[in-house]
Amino acid sequence: MATFTLIINGKKHAVDAPPEMPLLWVLRDLLGMTGTKFSCGRGLCGSCTVLLNGEATRSCVTAVDYAAEKTITTIEGFAEDTNNPLLEAWVAEDVPQCGYCQPGQILTAASLLRMKSHPTDTDIDAAMAMTLCRCGTYPRIRKAIKRAASRGAGKGGEE
Amino acid sequence: MNTVTISRRDFIKIATVAGGGLMLGFRIPSESNSADFSPNVWLRIAPDDTVTITVARSEMGQGVWTSLPMIVAEELDADWNHVRIEQADAHPVKFGSQSTGGSFSVRGSWQTLRMAGATARDMLVTAAAKKWNVAKVNCTAAQSFVRGPGGRKLSYGELASDAAELPVPHSVRLKEEKAFTLIGTRVRKLDTPSKVRGTAIFGLDVRLPGMMFASIQKCPVFGGTVASFDASAAKKVPGVVDVFQVEDGLAVVATNTWAAFQGREALQVTWNEGKWANQSSAAIRKTFESALANRGTVDNYAGNAETALASSSVTVEAVYEAPFVAHQTMEPMNCTAWVRRDSCEIWAPTQSPQPIQNQAAQILGLPLDRVTVHVTLMGGGFGRRLNPDFGIDAVRVAKAMKGTPVQVVWTREDDTQHDWYRPMTLNILKAGLGKDGRPVAWMHRIAGPSSRGLVTGGSTPPYDIPNFVVESHILETGVPIGAWRSVGPSQNAWIVESFIDELALKAGKDPLEYRRSLLSKSPRLKRTLEVAAEKAAWGTPLPKGKGRGIACVDSFGSTCAQVAEVSVANGKVKIDRIVVAVDCGTAVNPDTIEAQIEGAIAYGLSAALKDEITIDKGRVQQESYDDYRMLQFDEMPRVEVHIIPSTEPVGGIGEPGLPPVAPALCNAIFMATGRRIRKLPFGLG
Repeated sequence: MATFTLIINGKKHAVDAPPEMPLLWVLRDLLGMTGTKFSCGRGLCGSCTVLLNGEATRSCVTAVDYAAEKTITTIEGFAEDTNNPLLEAWVAEDVPQCGYCQPGQILTAASLLRMKSHPTDTDIDAAMAMTLCRCGTYPRIRKAIKRAASRGAGKGGEE
Repeated sequence: MNTVTISRRDFIKIATVAGGGLMLGFRIPSESNSADFSPNVWLRIAPDDTVTITVARSEMGQGVWTSLPMIVAEELDADWNHVRIEQADAHPVKFGSQSTGGSFSVRGSWQTLRMAGATARDMLVTAAAKKWNVAKVNCTAAQSFVRGPGGRKLSYGELASDAAELPVPHSVRLKEEKAFTLIGTRVRKLDTPSKVRGTAIFGLDVRLPGMMFASIQKCPVFGGTVASFDASAAKKVPGVVDVFQVEDGLAVVATNTWAAFQGREALQVTWNEGKWANQSSAAIRKTFESALANRGTVDNYAGNAETALASSSVTVEAVYEAPFVAHQTMEPMNCTAWVRRDSCEIWAPTQSPQPIQNQAAQILGLPLDRVTVHVTLMGGGFGRRLNPDFGIDAVRVAKAMKGTPVQVVWTREDDTQHDWYRPMTLNILKAGLGKDGRPVAWMHRIAGPSSRGLVTGGSTPPYDIPNFVVESHILETGVPIGAWRSVGPSQNAWIVESFIDELALKAGKDPLEYRRSLLSKSPRLKRTLEVAAEKAAWGTPLPKGKGRGIACVDSFGSTCAQVAEVSVANGKVKIDRIVVAVDCGTAVNPDTIEAQIEGAIAYGLSAALKDEITIDKGRVQQESYDDYRMLQFDEMPRVEVHIIPSTEPVGGIGEPGLPPVAPALCNAIFMATGRRIRKLPFGLG
């Protein structure tokens, strides 16, 4: 057990946890931030994605000691900006079905747009391929990313 | 005129609502034979104009939180911005059946929801007319306002308490469908904003003061039990609070989920593996194969298929097989329970809260009304969450932890290995053709695990075949079987629609024309088939290496036809597009209908191309997303959905988009490559 300082959505949190405890469970069970989802625990599906220093990162395989002192953005923090063009696009395309994987999808897309403000279909395929959705919202995710890109979501970063 | 008489058994009015307003309860008739009145739709209009619709169906992504209120709001002439949804807790007396399955939510409540809206509207208009002392015919309702002569205007909220004093009318007039202003428009789902902001509460997101988290190690062999265990190492894991045996496994309770998982890893367990310890997919297949040598139980027939087959000059035979398939909802099974001295409260992501309520009452020795089941959002259902097993897990652990709320969390591996699978089946098909190429005989013999309905559903061909028989052998395999999105038709339509293609080609006929000529009894299906063909430009030449395939299926009250287009290069098949025609009767929310079809295609393609659960030594061999793979983002084909304007009764939509996709794809691959696929899954090379 050790104490770590986590910078989550711009706020500092001190948590006592074993150093190898995955960030996912620190967020969900120690801090009660349930927007970040558990699905496989092995980094295979992307439901647990957060932004670590702006980059999409699978929190279920990221130890808390690695995340300490870095900038962590979860879906709750990402959604604080109510005029966020990526979220607006997601709503406009009515992307979610069950909705469970969507925080991970959105943050993976945010990370893509941060690197490529106008991604091609091939870019989108490469970035989103391993973020799984069992409801099959893929066509709408593609549309939402393109809509967000056309409205400048990729400019200036999302953080 | 579309006038509906309201019997005394159909409604209830609650005149006294806290905070004022009007509250009405309506019974959805077809669901319960109980003579007692049990309204299962509740509608409340509050003084602040809010219209709250309580729905006893579960939202799992199929959009019922939006489509059901839309139906009420349409007849009520409510301002959609004022409409709210409230999820009902389990309550058999109040709500009747709360099971969400069979693509039944909209079609099962269509008439009652319309009646509920129309009745409330009528009462609001009457209340306004009384207040203004004018004739009711001079008042109109729209957008949550009643307007009267001389520019008079009152909002529904302002009228609700007066309306509550009125008797419920004996009959109400429903709108002509062409007068609909909300139904048939693209309405964004009410739960979308919370789902993109991370604030939607799924089962796993339930948080209670002082709660614990638990993980249960079950025997990897179906039906196995704990022989002995050593929990000393598990108990040393920081955060682990307790380890104990529950009915069919060992529960590790901890202060957080991860500690519970870590504790579970440290358990030493010896199992009584039971009678299925040597079960395997190969052994099951062998059992099925031997059974198929004999006649099975006749499920459906016409004429005499055997005689007709014997006298056919041309016969076609084929063997089709499909594996066990898991659901793989993104949110693993979980449930939170809080057992107190004389009550229990449960938070369950379930498609069917009442079996959990019933079994909890039994396990805890409590009367049913002391067990509350709250239905949360669920991260995918697909039929998996009709089973109460994960809820019972939570009740058992919480019983041992009395006074402390406990969330039981399944791992992804638990989910893959302790599912209720789509049945593995082995099928023999034989058909005889007449001189004109039309089928005169059709025999389909199925071997599969129990239960029969899950194995044989959707196996009767929709075509004009004078002599046919469907027979089945239902054999115990030890593998739990359950409803998997679109159930029987999900695999039987693949078989029927592939085999009819084989017959068409044997007869030298175009697969579309062959089907059309055999659908005299199913004009709706025929029309759906024709629309799909037309939209896909069926019959226009394709370059070499490309192929088109078609399939049509009538399931869950709707007809759906799909054309798959594929291209082949270097031995690899690429799906260029899937063109869909669907007739689901009145289209309530076209946007949701398209989404459900897209989703059904993704789910169906996963099963066609990838999904396979195999058994060895009584255990499921797959664990997670790496060895049981679902369709990925970059594998999703273009899907074009055409909703056919229809006057048919409203049909289901969560499932009907699934059955046609596998056969349409297989038929297209045959056209492009000459390879006939008779075994799932098949990959794209």
